[in-house]
Amino acid sequence: MTAVVSAEHLGLTFPTGDGDIVALSDVNLTIEKGDFVSFIGPSGCGKTTFLRTIADLEQPTSGTLTINGMSAEQAREARAYGYVFQAPALYPWRTIEKNVALPLEIMGYSQAQQAERIARTLELVNLSGFEKKYPWQLSGGMQQRASIARALAFDADLLLMDEPFGALDEIVRDHLNSELLKLWDRTQKTICFVTHSIPEAVYLSTKIVVMSPRPGRVTDIIESSLPRERPLDIRETPEFLEIAARVRDGLRAGHSYDGDLV
Amino acid sequence: MRRDLSLFQLYLALVAMGIGGVGLALGLPTLGTAPAVEVFFALAFLSGLRLVVRFSPWLDGALAVFGAMALIVSLPGGVMPAHHWLALIAAWAFAWLFVERLSACIRAGILPETGVGLLIPIMFGLALLVVWEVVTRGANVPPVLLPPPSAIGMRLMAETHILWADFVQTFIKSVLPGYAIGCLAGLAVAILVDRSPFLKAGIMPIGNFMSALPIIGIAPIMVMWFGFDWQSKAAVVVAMTFFPMLVNTVAGLNAASSIERDLMRTYAASYWQTLMKLRLPAAGPFIFNALKINSTLALIGAIVAEFFGTPVVGMGFRISTGVGRLAIDLVWAEIAVAAVAGSAFYGVIALIEKGVTFWHPSVRGGRA
Amino acid sequence: MTRILPVLTILLAILVFWYAAAVWMNAPWQNTLNNRAGLENVPFTSFAQQTWAQDKPVLPAPHQVVGEIWNATMGLEFTSRRSLAYHGWITLSATLMGFAFGTALGVGLAVAIIHNDASDRSLMPWIIASQTIPILAVAPMVVVGLGAVGLTGLVPKALISMYLSFFPVVVGMVKGLRSPENIQLDLMRTYDASSWQVFWKLRWPAAMPFLFASMKVGIAISLIGAVVAELSNAAGGGLGVRLLTGSYNGQTIQIWAALFIAAGLAAVLVAIVGSAERVVNRRMGVRA
Repeated sequence: MTAVVSAEHLGLTFPTGDGDIVALSDVNLTIEKGDFVSFIGPSGCGKTTFLRTIADLEQPTSGTLTINGMSAEQAREARAYGYVFQAPALYPWRTIEKNVALPLEIMGYSQAQQAERIARTLELVNLSGFEKKYPWQLSGGMQQRASIARALAFDADLLLMDEPFGALDEIVRDHLNSELLKLWDRTQKTICFVTHSIPEAVYLSTKIVVMSPRPGRVTDIIESSLPRERPLDIRETPEFLEIAARVRDGLRAGHSYDGDLV
Repeated sequence: MRRDLSLFQLYLALVAMGIGGVGLALGLPTLGTAPAVEVFFALAFLSGLRLVVRFSPWLDGALAVFGAMALIVSLPGGVMPAHHWLALIAAWAFAWLFVERLSACIRAGILPETGVGLLIPIMFGLALLVVWEVVTRGANVPPVLLPPPSAIGMRLMAETHILWADFVQTFIKSVLPGYAIGCLAGLAVAILVDRSPFLKAGIMPIGNFMSALPIIGIAPIMVMWFGFDWQSKAAVVVAMTFFPMLVNTVAGLNAASSIERDLMRTYAASYWQTLMKLRLPAAGPFIFNALKINSTLALIGAIVAEFFGTPVVGMGFRISTGVGRLAIDLVWAEIAVAAVAGSAFYGVIALIEKGVTFWHPSVRGGRA
Repeated sequence: MTRILPVLTILLAILVFWYAAAVWMNAPWQNTLNNRAGLENVPFTSFAQQTWAQDKPVLPAPHQVVGEIWNATMGLEFTSRRSLAYHGWITLSATLMGFAFGTALGVGLAVAIIHNDASDRSLMPWIIASQTIPILAVAPMVVVGLGAVGLTGLVPKALISMYLSFFPVVVGMVKGLRSPENIQLDLMRTYDASSWQVFWKLRWPAAMPFLFASMKVGIAISLIGAVVAELSNAAGGGLGVRLLTGSYNGQTIQIWAALFIAAGLAAVLVAIVGSAERVVNRRMGVRA
């Protein structure tokens, strides 16, 4: 097994007008190839910041971070990952297929390769037949699927997802979660997934990273014992509930409620 | 390579240094005729030391100012020696380097935004003035085409009473009443129209259409109707300011969201209560937008209307007769007054806007 | 139909009001005329018709203006110095030239401003300040000044139009090119896109709606600039010159006709920009 992401004593401090904000403090984490890692925690715990640091969208102020053995900047320049944001961020002036083609155009794929990849990835997210539609003609869930297709279109083995289903209703979210699991199984990608929903984290992950705020840090790392194959009703099994309880305990331990009252 | 300079800044620095060296060499045969410029060339050449030692951005600013002053002091009566143009380019390069490095410092948080942020546009404005002065005098540009700023400034000082009389005639008597009447009428009609969807549907397209028309063209008609004095100018200003205010206010009155309106409904608020407490405040940014647009339109309208006939006073009168008599520096002095009046007018309204619509994102957001 | 009916109603009301105003405003002069001619007790209907048919009325009736426009465009050779079509063409060409220059300058400045901090900080305040200067007022002087160095005809007028129309384009395009949200810029960063790619694939298309909105404003004031610039050079021709000569000779009908032609031109130009906008919008899949 090779480490896809490896962070050692990673820290990140934002200077602001009224003092520094410690977004990440002493984060140590290794993500293996093929892992599905969820980051869970209350807002302000640094889970999104950590994801953005992996993507070289933020620069750490201390510690080391390697992605596939490279620095974050080198990994970005090597187009080592696909990023899915909270919002679909599709370009309204491009059709779905043209949106998926965007990274391919930028990375200089040929027309034929573009067409082949668009067809394949749209098939993967069940959007075949919607190639010529504009984003606003699709529902929110379909838009987010298109943005996942866009992240899958080029050959990145690492998928970074920042609360991709946060804005969707629960039924659509359940559906997309099970689709995402199938996709993960088929493509063998490594996925980092930020969420604030405990059932979502437990249902999806092989590894759950529990984080807590002020300063943002990792308080617990839970390896999931659930099988790779997960039907939706696995969520009623005692095993699932047990893991969920552990996550909840971890969140509670790391969260000082008194602090919130100040 | 020094890390405190970007590639572009490095190019600028090299240009300034190179020009310093070349200028020094070209100036050798006539050494002593323009000592200030020669010293500037020498300093510019020496600024190449920045490749070895760290150079404060303020030093670049000082060099730019020194170069500009040296050039102006050494301006001869006739055509400037060719190599002095190099000094102008070098001074410009230093000024550019200065603002480049200052903005980099602001971006990095080394220097504060307030104050220094203001210095940059001032520097640019001064640089423009210096280039204007040096080019017009150094290249002997005919004053008919473009007089140097110093001549305009002198005329400004000498003819204060004429300029003041023109200002009173045009700005106080024509612009202000016309602006007030036009804006108030636009506002009132907008509120009236707003009550009837039918009228609104009819007037909005026409109002939008009218805002795009060259309304200024009615100036000759207004002069015929209302005579040569300020009344006709004020009438033009009224016609020009009315439609932007109407259109913006009607749009603004629709700006309140349906949730906010439903809230007023749950209070069983009357039409006027809803108008005063919700819809007019929500329309504030739109109304101020129109007030700002109108502030420039009003001045333009009054001045242009004066081209069509006026008593022997007024900014437009002075400009049109000044052009005829080729007293161009007086015309430019008049323009300077108009520019200051226009900017101040706009500025006052912008300040009031800041105070009144402080809650709006466009005001809170800071730099656009 | 529900959209046209209110507009037609208002237009009809304006027309009725106009005819009434024409009677009222032209009445004093008509009374003088009638007294001179020894006419007394003229019935109101024929009196009204008299006021609508004066030679130099204070306010010409709409049909007089329309008749003048017809005579001065269709009734005359295009090259005639009295043809409004000829003068309209002169104004139109200066407008279009100035507008093209102004738009190009505006887009160029906006690109410089969003890519360079120093130009943003030094240029933007002056660009805004430049618009509080009543530049239209200097238009005649610029035309005369450029004429003194031999630059006459279209170019000086086009320069005024350019000066007026570049401003809305700069402001609109700076806003437009900065309109992409952070999330979209981050996305481009994750692709390691070059700034050239970010510009053409993200910023430029995102700025299109802003560009067209500014161009509609720009072309309208471009026309105003051309008309006012013409006021200073009676020999050059153009709608502005017709306004000026009309005002010297008290030819109110001529003034109104020139004014209507200018208004018509403005409307057509804005409509052309508007339909170009619709074409681009359709190609960019904007919701109809």
